[in-house]
Amino acid sequence: MSILVDAGTKVLVQGMTGSEGSFHTRQMIEAGTRVVAGVTPGKGGTTHLDLPVFNTVAEAVAATGANASAIFVPPAFAADAIYEAIDAALPLVVCISEGIPVLDMVGIHHALARSGRTRLIGPNCPGVITPGRCKIGIMPAAIHEPGTVGVISRSGTLTYEAVDQLTRQGLGQSTCIGIGGDPIIGSPFTSLLPLFEADPQTEAVVLIGEIGGDAEEQAAEWIREHMSKPVVAFIAGATAPPGRRMGHAGAIISGGKGTAKEKKAALRAAGIHVVDSPAEIGATVAKVLGR
Amino acid sequence: MNVHEYQAKEILARFGVAVPEGQLAESAEDARRIAESLGGRVVVKAQVHAGGRGKGGGIKLAADPDEAARHFEEIFGMTLVTPQTGAKGRVVRRVYVTRAVEIEHEYYLSVLVDRASARLLVMASAEGGVEIEKVAAEAPEKIVKVALDPTVGYTAAVGRRVGYALGLEPELVRQFVRMLGSIVRCFVETDASLVEINPLVRTPEGVLLALDAKLNFDDSGLVRHPEIRELRDTDEEDPLEVEASRSGLNYIKLDGDVGCMVNGAGLAMATMDIIDLAGSRPANFLDVGGGASKESVAAAFRILLADPDVRAVLVNIFGGIVRCDRVAEGIIAAAEEVSLDVPLVVRLQGTNAAEARRMLVESALELDVADGLDEAARKVVAAVGGAR
Repeated sequence: MSILVDAGTKVLVQGMTGSEGSFHTRQMIEAGTRVVAGVTPGKGGTTHLDLPVFNTVAEAVAATGANASAIFVPPAFAADAIYEAIDAALPLVVCISEGIPVLDMVGIHHALARSGRTRLIGPNCPGVITPGRCKIGIMPAAIHEPGTVGVISRSGTLTYEAVDQLTRQGLGQSTCIGIGGDPIIGSPFTSLLPLFEADPQTEAVVLIGEIGGDAEEQAAEWIREHMSKPVVAFIAGATAPPGRRMGHAGAIISGGKGTAKEKKAALRAAGIHVVDSPAEIGATVAKVLGR
Repeated sequence: MNVHEYQAKEILARFGVAVPEGQLAESAEDARRIAESLGGRVVVKAQVHAGGRGKGGGIKLAADPDEAARHFEEIFGMTLVTPQTGAKGRVVRRVYVTRAVEIEHEYYLSVLVDRASARLLVMASAEGGVEIEKVAAEAPEKIVKVALDPTVGYTAAVGRRVGYALGLEPELVRQFVRMLGSIVRCFVETDASLVEINPLVRTPEGVLLALDAKLNFDDSGLVRHPEIRELRDTDEEDPLEVEASRSGLNYIKLDGDVGCMVNGAGLAMATMDIIDLAGSRPANFLDVGGGASKESVAAAFRILLADPDVRAVLVNIFGGIVRCDRVAEGIIAAAEEVSLDVPLVVRLQGTNAAEARRMLVESALELDVADGLDEAARKVVAAVGGAR
C-alpha cells in the first residue's frame, strides 16, 4: 500500500512535448511510472517519446484510461490546464508549474470543490512519489527507497534533504508528497494526513512546513484529534524577517502572523516531535520508530 | 510588487474610486504651482514604500502655496524613518501634493485574498486611521469581514452589509456600495494582492474619499499587466536585491555576516535557520533555483561578495536531477571567475555527491568541504570567528 499513486496509476502528461515536459516524462518512466499519453493542443495524432499525443485531456482519458495527470505547462496557461483536467474528471492532478496568479487559483480552488472528484497536488511543487512504483513530478527518484515513512512538505529541495536523511537512516518511504509553496494550493496538509493515517504501510509521517499562512496550525489540530501515528515536523524560516516573501509566494509573515515560532508551538502542543534543526529530521524519525 | 500612494490613487481613480485631487511635485516651485491650482489648504506627502509616514514627519499640512513650497523643501531628499522603514530610513525621492480634506470620520477598508478560504475578503472598520493590526489585537469585534462568493463575485448586498456594519447612513451606504464595487473590480482586473484604504474618510458634505491608498500586486499576475510592472520603483528596493532579480535570483538581504547560497526556497530558509542554531547570523536569503548552473552560481557569488557584511560563504546545494558533479564544476568555475576573498564552505548532497566532493577537494580553490548540514554550519560559523 501507499497513498495517491502506485503501480496501477496511469499517467497522462499535459505539456509533454515541451522541453521540460519531455525531460521529466523520460525521468518518470525511468522511475517506473506508467505514462500512457501526452496532451498538447494542436499535436493530437502524433507520437512523442513513443507515446500517443492527444489534443485534449478528455480524448486522452477516453483512449488510454489515464487516471492521473502531470502538468508541465507555463504558468500563464496552467490554470486552464488544471480546469481541463478537472473537467475530464481525473481523480489526481499534479501541477508542477510555478508562478500561477493567485486569482487563478481562487477559481481553481472552487472548481475543485464543486467537482468533488479531482484531487489537485500543487501547484509550484515537486510532485508525488511512491518509491519504486510511481513518480509524478520532478524529484530525483534515486534518493528514495520503498518503506514505511510518509513525507509531506511545502518545499522542494528541503523535501529531498529530508528524504535523503531518511534513506541514509535505512528508513524507506511509503509516499512522498510536495504540496507546493503557493498561498493557495490544491491539497493542504489536512487533506492528505488522513490518507497516511489510513494507509497500513505508513508507520510514521514527516511534515515539513514553512512560514506563512496557517496550514501547519490546521495540521496540528487535525493530528491532535485524529492521528495515531507519530509525526516528526520541521518548520523552515525561524530566521526569516517579517513582511518579506522568502522565495515561495506563500512564505511570508504578514501582520505578525505565520511565524515559525507560532507553528512550532502549535505542533508541539499537539504532541508532534518538532525538530529545530533541519539536520535532525532523519535521526528523529529513527528514534521515534525505535530503530 | 508595491507602488506609491500617488500611483495607487491614480489606478483606483481609473476604476471610479473617489480620491482627493493631487499631483506629483518635481520641485518647490512645482509644489507651489500645484497648491495654487488646487486652491485652499493642501497636504504635502512623502512617497516611500512604507507606512507611518506622518509620524516620521513625512506628511505636512500647508495653509497656502508658499508653505507648500517650504514643506516640499523639507520633505524632498529627507531620510524618513518610520516604524516600517527600520532605523536606516528611506530617502524621499517623490513628493505628492494633494488637496486637504475636512474629515468628519475615518474608516478602514481593505480587500485581500484570504488564503485559508481561497476567497476575496473585504475587511472594514469604523476605527480608521490607525493600524488595523492594532484594532485586530485590541478590539477584534470592531472589524467586519465579508468573504465574496467566488462564483458570484461582488454584489450590492456585500456593499450594503459592510456599509451598514460601519454605521453609515442609507445615503452614504449607496455611495459606499458603488465605491466598494469599484475597489473589488480594480482588485480583480489588476491582479492585486491587497487594496487598503486607510483612512477612508467621510467629509462634512457627506462624501466618501480614499484619503490614503496602498496597493500591492501579485508578482505572478504581473505578466498580464505590463503597465503596472512599469510602476516598479527600484529606488525603494535594496540595490543588491534589484541586481539579483535581474539575474533571475531570489535574494533578500538580512543583517548577519554568513552569506549563503542554496538551491530551493525551503532549503534556503532551513540553511539560514541552521546557521543561526550554530551561533551566527545569516547575511541573506539566496535561492539560486533548482538547477544551480555555473551562470547562476557565478551571479550569486557576485551578489554575495558585493555585500560588505559577508565574512564567510556557505554553499548548500542538494543535487537531484542536476547531478552534484555538474554543480561542483559550476562552483569551481564560478569561484575562480569571481576571485573569492572570504572563507568558503561547500556542502553538496544528493546524486553523485561523493564524486563532487572529490572534485572540490582536488580543485585549486581554497575551500572547506562539508558532508552534513550540521558540519557545514559549524564550519562556516567557525570561519567568522565562532559562535556569538
